Amino acid sequence: MFLEALEKILAAHAGSDAIRRVEAGGPAADLWSPVEAAGFLALMLPEEQGGAALTLQELFPIMECLGRHAMPLPVAQSIAAHALVGARAGLPAGMVTIAVQLLRPAAGGLRCPATPCGAIADHVLVADGDGLLLLSCATASRAPVGDPRSLAAHLSWADDAPSLRLPTGGLQLEAFVGALVAAMLSGAMQRTFDMALDQCNNRVQFGKSIGKFQALQQQLSVMAEHVLAATIAAEAAFRCAGVAPTALAAAVAKSRASEAAALVAATAHAVHGAIGMTDEFDLGLLTRRLHDWRMAYGAEHHWNQRIGEHVLADAGTLADFVRRV
Amino acid sequence: MSRLLSELRLAALPPEAQALRPAIKAFLAESMAPAPADVRARSWMGFDAAFSRRLAARGWVGVTLPADYGGAHLDAFSRYVLVEELLAVGAPVSAHWIADRQSGPLILKFGTDAQKAYYLPRICRAEAFFCIGMSESGAGSDLASVSTRARPNDAGWLLNGQKIWTTNAHHCQYMIALVRSSGEKEDRQAGLSQFIVDLSLPGVTVRPIRDLSGDAHFSEVFFDNVQLAPDALVGTEGSGWAQVNAELAFERSGPERIYSSIVLLELWIRWLRQCPDGRAHAATVGRLAAHLATLRNMSITVTARLAHGESPVVEAALVKDLGTEFEQAIPHLIEATLGRGTGSELESELCRTLAYVSQMAPSYSLRGGTREILRGMIARGLGLR
Repeated sequence: MFLEALEKILAAHAGSDAIRRVEAGGPAADLWSPVEAAGFLALMLPEEQGGAALTLQELFPIMECLGRHAMPLPVAQSIAAHALVGARAGLPAGMVTIAVQLLRPAAGGLRCPATPCGAIADHVLVADGDGLLLLSCATASRAPVGDPRSLAAHLSWADDAPSLRLPTGGLQLEAFVGALVAAMLSGAMQRTFDMALDQCNNRVQFGKSIGKFQALQQQLSVMAEHVLAATIAAEAAFRCAGVAPTALAAAVAKSRASEAAALVAATAHAVHGAIGMTDEFDLGLLTRRLHDWRMAYGAEHHWNQRIGEHVLADAGTLADFVRRV
Repeated sequence: MSRLLSELRLAALPPEAQALRPAIKAFLAESMAPAPADVRARSWMGFDAAFSRRLAARGWVGVTLPADYGGAHLDAFSRYVLVEELLAVGAPVSAHWIADRQSGPLILKFGTDAQKAYYLPRICRAEAFFCIGMSESGAGSDLASVSTRARPNDAGWLLNGQKIWTTNAHHCQYMIALVRSSGEKEDRQAGLSQFIVDLSLPGVTVRPIRDLSGDAHFSEVFFDNVQLAPDALVGTEGSGWAQVNAELAFERSGPERIYSSIVLLELWIRWLRQCPDGRAHAATVGRLAAHLATLRNMSITVTARLAHGESPVVEAALVKDLGTEFEQAIPHLIEATLGRGTGSELESELCRTLAYVSQMAPSYSLRGGTREILRGMIARGLGLR
C-alpha cells in the first residue's frame, strides 16, 4: 500500500527533469514536499506518534523504490532519523541527512566530511560518542564532493555550531544508513538493468537486435547475476529483528551492492554505446547515482575491512561466521 | 523489471532444518577421521566408502527419500543444512554424493515400484553408489549429440558406445547413462533415454583417467554389446532429455557450487590469524565473507523454489555461475599473497592445499554445465534468445 502510494508520488514528481533541476541546485520543495506531506518520513514511527509502524522488512521495497527513481534528496536518511530519534525527541521539520564521521579540527569547529545530500539538507544527524548530534546545515559551509550534481558535501562549522544532543538508544547509525543505501543501490541497479535489456531488444545492428549476439547475451547474464546478488544481500539486512540492521548484515549489504554497482554501470554503458554518454539520456543520471551511492558512507573496501577484522578476531570457522551475519 | 530477477525474493532456512545442525556437527566431530586440509580440500571429490556407510548408519544418505525405502524423508532445506555442514569441513562425501543428490530422487520420481524397491534401500545403506554417464568424447556442452546407443532386443536392450569424464565410475556399482534409444543423431533431444547400467556386466570396461592434480577422480567407460534387462530403462523411453533437465536445478544450485574452495579459505584465515601482518588482508577476507554470505542466501532462495516443487533451472544457473566464480576467486586471491613465507608447518599445509585447489579450480566452471552454456541459459531466461 505504501509502495504503491510512493510510486504514484514519484511518478508524478520525480521525473528525470525534476531530478536534474534538483541536482543543478534548483529548489527541492517540489520533490520533497509531496513525500513529506504524505507522511513517508514517519513510516517507522509507532502509530500513536503519527507513524505507520513499518517494520524493517517492510521498509525494504520502499528503499528499492527510491533507488529506482534515483532519488537525489535525503528521504531514506530522514526516515532513518525519524525512526531513531523522532519518537523520543522530535526532529525539526525539513530535510535531515545522516553523516557517519564527525571531526573536531585542532583549530576548532566541527566537520562532517563527504556527507551524502549535505549540499541540500537542512540538518545533519551524526553520532558523537554515546549520543547523537543534530546540526543545522544553515550555518555550515558546504563544499561539494566530486560532481556537484551528486549533492554530497563536506560540511564544516565554526566554533559554535548550534546543535541538539540526543540519545542513540544503542542503535548504530552507520549500519542503518549503510543498509538503506544498499537497498537504494539495488533498486537503481534493477532499473539500470531494465534499460540495458530494453536496449538489447530494441537496438538493431547487422539486421538484428543486438541482444541476439552472444557477446552481449553473456554480458547481460553476468549483469543479472550481480543485480540479483546485490538485491539479495540488501534484502538480507532488512530481515534483522529490531528497528535497525545489525552491523555485519549492513556491512555485507553495502559491500556487495557497492561492488556490483561498478560492474552494472559499466555494462549498461557498454550496451548503450554513444547515446548512453549523452547528458540528456537518463542512463547517465542512474549510473552517476550508482557511483555516488557506491561511495556513500564508504565504498566496499571500507565495509570489507570491517567484516574482515571481525572474521580475523573470531576464533571459529568462516562457514559458521557467515550464518551469524 | 525482468521477471527472472523480480520474482526471486530472499528465503531463509526454516527453524526445523536449522535444528539438525548440532547433531550433524557432533557426528562429524566423532566420525570423521582427522585429515590435513589438502586431503579435505577434495570435498565432494573425496571418496571414502567407509565414511559414507557411517553416515548411512546415522540415516543421512538418501536423506530426501521416503522412510519406506530407508530414507530420512527430509525436505530440501534439511538436506541443505546436512550438505552444507559436510562440505564446510571437507568430509569425503563423493562415494554416495550422486546417488543422494540425484540418482535416488530420479529413481523415486520416474522409476517403477520394482526399481524403487531394489535400488533405494541400497542407496540409503550406502551399498549402491551411482555415477552419471553424460559426456562423450564428441558430446560435451552439446549433450544432445550423444551417440552411445541402446537398441531394443529380445532380452531388453543392447548397449554400445562410450562415456568419458565420468566422475567416480571406477568406484561405483551403477551408472545412470543418457543414451540414444530411438531415432537418429539429427533428432537431437528426441529419442534419448536414461538407463541404469550395472557396471559389473560383461562388456563394460571402466578405465580411470589421471587428472592434472595426480588423482584419478574420473574415468572413461566402454560399452561393448552390453546386454541390459528391460527394466534397466528408467522412466519413459525417449524422455531422457526432459528427465535429465529435471535434475539440473538440484545439481546446480546447491552448496557444492559455493563451498568447493572453503577448506582452503578456512585454512588461510587460520594462518592469517597467527601471522603478524595478517590484518593486512582483512579487506580481502571481508570481501570473501560478504560474497559467501550472499551466495548462501541466493542458494537458499533457489532451494526454497525447489522445496515448493518448482524447477528453477535458470535461477539455478545464475547461482552456479556466480558461485563457481567465487570458488575460483579464492585460490586466485590467496595465491596472490604467497611466495615469500617462513616455511612453517601450517604454511606448508596451506601451500599444498592451494596447489590442489588451484589446479582443480578450472573444473568448477566446467562440471555441471560450463560457464558459457549457463550464461546462454540465463540469456534465454531473460528473453534474449
